[in-house]
Amino acid sequence: MKMKATLVSGLVALSFGASAAQADTVTIGMITTLSGGGAGLGVDVRDGFQLALEQAGNADIRLVVEDDAQRPETAVQIAERMIQSERADILTGIIWSNLAMAVVPSVVAQDIFYISPNAGPSPLAGANCHPNYFNAAWQNDTLHEAAGQTANEQGYTNTFIMAPNYPAGTDALNGFKRYYQGELAGELFTQVGQTDYAAEIAQIRASGADSVFIFLPGGMGISFVRQYEQSGVDLPIISAGFSFDQDVLPAMGSAALGVINTGQWSPDLNNDTNIAFVADFQEAYGRLPSIYASQGFDTANLILSALNTAEVSDQDAFRDALRAAEFDSVRGSFAFASNHHPIHRIYVREVVEVDGALTNRIIGTAFEDDYRDIHGENCSM
Amino acid sequence: MSLALFIEQLLNGVQFGLMLFLMSAGLTLVFGVMGLINLAHGSLYMIGAFFCAAAAAATGSFWLGLVAGLAAAAAAGAIIEITVIRRLYDRDHLDQVLATFALILILSEGVRMIFGPFPLYLNVPDSLRGTIDLGITQYSLYRLTLIGFGIAVAVGLWLLIARTRLGIRIRAGENDREMIAALGVNIRVLYTVVFALGAALAGLAGALVGAIQSVQVGMGEPVLILAFVVIVIGGIGSIKGAMVGALMVGVIDTMGRFLLPRFFATFLEPSQAMGVGAALASMLIYVLMALVLVLRPKGLFPAHA
Amino acid sequence: MREMRREHMLNVLLAVALFAVPLWAYFASEPFVITLATRVAILAMAGVGLNLALGLGGMVSFGHAVFFGLGGYCAGVLAHHAFSGTPVLMGLPGTNQMLVIWLVAMLTSGLLALVIGALSLRTSGIFFIMITLAFAQMFFYFALSWPAYGGEDGLPIFVRNQFPGLNTMRPWELFVVAYGLLMLVLALFAVIRASRFGAALMAIRQNPDRAAAVGISPFGVKLVAFVISGMITGMAGAMMADLTRFVSPAMMAWQMSGELIVIIILGGTGRLFGPVAGAAILVGFEVIFGGMTEHWKFWLGLVLLAVVLFARGGFVGLLAGRDRHG
Repeated sequence: MKMKATLVSGLVALSFGASAAQADTVTIGMITTLSGGGAGLGVDVRDGFQLALEQAGNADIRLVVEDDAQRPETAVQIAERMIQSERADILTGIIWSNLAMAVVPSVVAQDIFYISPNAGPSPLAGANCHPNYFNAAWQNDTLHEAAGQTANEQGYTNTFIMAPNYPAGTDALNGFKRYYQGELAGELFTQVGQTDYAAEIAQIRASGADSVFIFLPGGMGISFVRQYEQSGVDLPIISAGFSFDQDVLPAMGSAALGVINTGQWSPDLNNDTNIAFVADFQEAYGRLPSIYASQGFDTANLILSALNTAEVSDQDAFRDALRAAEFDSVRGSFAFASNHHPIHRIYVREVVEVDGALTNRIIGTAFEDDYRDIHGENCSM
Repeated sequence: MSLALFIEQLLNGVQFGLMLFLMSAGLTLVFGVMGLINLAHGSLYMIGAFFCAAAAAATGSFWLGLVAGLAAAAAAGAIIEITVIRRLYDRDHLDQVLATFALILILSEGVRMIFGPFPLYLNVPDSLRGTIDLGITQYSLYRLTLIGFGIAVAVGLWLLIARTRLGIRIRAGENDREMIAALGVNIRVLYTVVFALGAALAGLAGALVGAIQSVQVGMGEPVLILAFVVIVIGGIGSIKGAMVGALMVGVIDTMGRFLLPRFFATFLEPSQAMGVGAALASMLIYVLMALVLVLRPKGLFPAHA
Repeated sequence: MREMRREHMLNVLLAVALFAVPLWAYFASEPFVITLATRVAILAMAGVGLNLALGLGGMVSFGHAVFFGLGGYCAGVLAHHAFSGTPVLMGLPGTNQMLVIWLVAMLTSGLLALVIGALSLRTSGIFFIMITLAFAQMFFYFALSWPAYGGEDGLPIFVRNQFPGLNTMRPWELFVVAYGLLMLVLALFAVIRASRFGAALMAIRQNPDRAAAVGISPFGVKLVAFVISGMITGMAGAMMADLTRFVSPAMMAWQMSGELIVIIILGGTGRLFGPVAGAAILVGFEVIFGGMTEHWKFWLGLVLLAVVLFARGGFVGLLAGRDRHG
């Protein structure tokens, strides 16, 4: 029987395009969103990641990219394929929290490393943290907490807050309220994927608020900002950076000018790694990098730095190497907390126009270098 | 709650309803004349928005963009009708659903191949920016223009159908298909024209709404499903039904999102009321549709009564 | 007669192939192929459910994803409570036993199908398509915005539910469960089709007036068929949740309803093994072309269009002849 199995597996290797990897090659599986409305984010993460790999020129790394179409069940299926037939050692790439929650727990339980370039749902930072899971971007609440802190510093005392009615939206509002000290002029849930915000804007107008906090990623943010500009309500908007970054700013146009948002990164961050990254990315892809591209770039460099000191097959050594995070992050200072989520500085940014293109510029700091998320308290690592 | 807020919400509901009417009118016209159910109608809306955005960016004029969006949608409609839809008229609804579902996949991916994965920029023309004072409340000038467009198209459509030769043929086609063929009307051309007209209306809606929403792949599908709700409530095939249904859906959806959370807040704690209210508001129009169908299985204005 | 024999041979071939391919993968240590085969079996099961309503009864339900999703949530919610040791409802405990979960999934889906069917079957034709879509959207939005079981984020099942005597975490053993269940459901479909009830159902599809004239109540027969159809699709949903170890509102989305219809049409409407062929084609297409191009949906659309326009009998019809019995 055993001989037959060997023979058959030889045939399989042939029929599957000889996917069996050579001994020294490290296979990285990237599951990300390349089709549908959220494709821009996945494309940026992928491009940032690939840029770092090309710059490193490491021939022993094989990157396999596949589109999850923003569907959890598809992502789960791809993860299984990457582990079972591509023999991936490391997985990465997922953009959305709900997809991460579907994929990550079972992946890390199979002794595969997962490095998140974007999503950071709170269970994975707290009670369900795992030695094989690292987040190179942020915990989901982080930028919203920073927005709450920024609202205080801007002197807002009566903010109207709004987010879509799904768990990431609830987390956003809770994150904001965790640091915000003023009164709430109103609190609203919108529908996921909602395109018309006239009803909400009318309520903002009637609420007597002095500012508005929104979390409306992707197309929802574009719709809101355009309609808000036309409504004549001119209260300042404050938000987390992922609703106001390079993927959506060109589509928002001047309506986004002046919006204050928070981020762990900004294109004008003045450190050598970032200056080179922004220039190289523009040269390679002909567009400005977004916060997502910066995260893809950091994720790849984190993995590369760990591969330089340890074999991925030696799991404990590789894990220690990841934990050390000895790479030059585009965001400057970067370290891992005990729950494998970043300790980093969070900046306050403003949307401005530079040479006819909308982009962000740093105007302050919301949290200093030692910021870490609160969910780590629930993590037993 | 002030009267001004209530009136502003009512206007919002009407504006939303009129845009839904532009979508639904084409859908219901195509069903009424050709007996075809077209899931790809939302893709034509998307095509209108994308071509409007691209042309506006190239020329710097929103109005030229609007023309381009309308023309692109009409042309796409005509091409689709000639190559695919034509073969579906004497098929059952199942084949129509499936073929037009396939068209959604093709058109969505096709648009993404041409325009890329990122949302496009399209803004309100300068002359229509800002707000206008209606006495009791400020209101967005552009939204007011949308209301105007909606009414104008509704009147135009009514005139077209009631007063022109094309309209006579359309009405004849709704009543008896063999008859108008016998009368020497070139039915193939008529069908292509009607389909392109419906497509143009969808493209117009996409371009108009695109200026205050996100122009992105997949933008047509939520509107498509709402448009189906509208025509089912109104009675499939009836333009009048589409108008009544669209206004009902627009106003009820807007008011539901606005009032339900407030209603629950009178006896639940605020955060809970907000969640329950928002959840129920999102189901409201489907409940309405189910209710109408249970009470009047062929909609409010059955076209072939 | 010859065509019936050809279809019969094709059915046997499909049944054997669906078992042989993962068996080969098992010995070749290609667990992913087994997972794919399991997925095919489960989607086929959901398709058999819809095939009963759509293929035999002519009820074009554009909302069958609601049963698929509800079944999935039954598995997810029960497992969630079993895992956390909290009661589901009024002191009733959760469970991680597949057999119990299937029963619950079938009961709840059947109940929902009874309500939806009773209201929807008052209409027909395009109105039926639309109202089933509307009901599915209603529950989709409810699942999306109801925070108790994760809302849009969905609900993970950390450990697969259990089947007596098997280890369901092993791909092969889970496949055996899914395959066995699929064969049972196919047998049920064949029995129904051959029964007097099935004859009445098909008679109603072909000519409701004549059926009514000979004393068959179209409403009653169709409603029963719709309920059984919902139950089967619901059970498939529970299995799917266990395969992916995850449930989310996406299982109820209208695209899922569309996909179920696609499975049936690709395979051959009303054919016993149509859904098996359809599910295999769909999954195969996704795996092969999804790896080659990110625009694979474009090509899927073209293929679908070609099937609808030029190959109306689907895969089974293509190979076994166009004539459809019944």
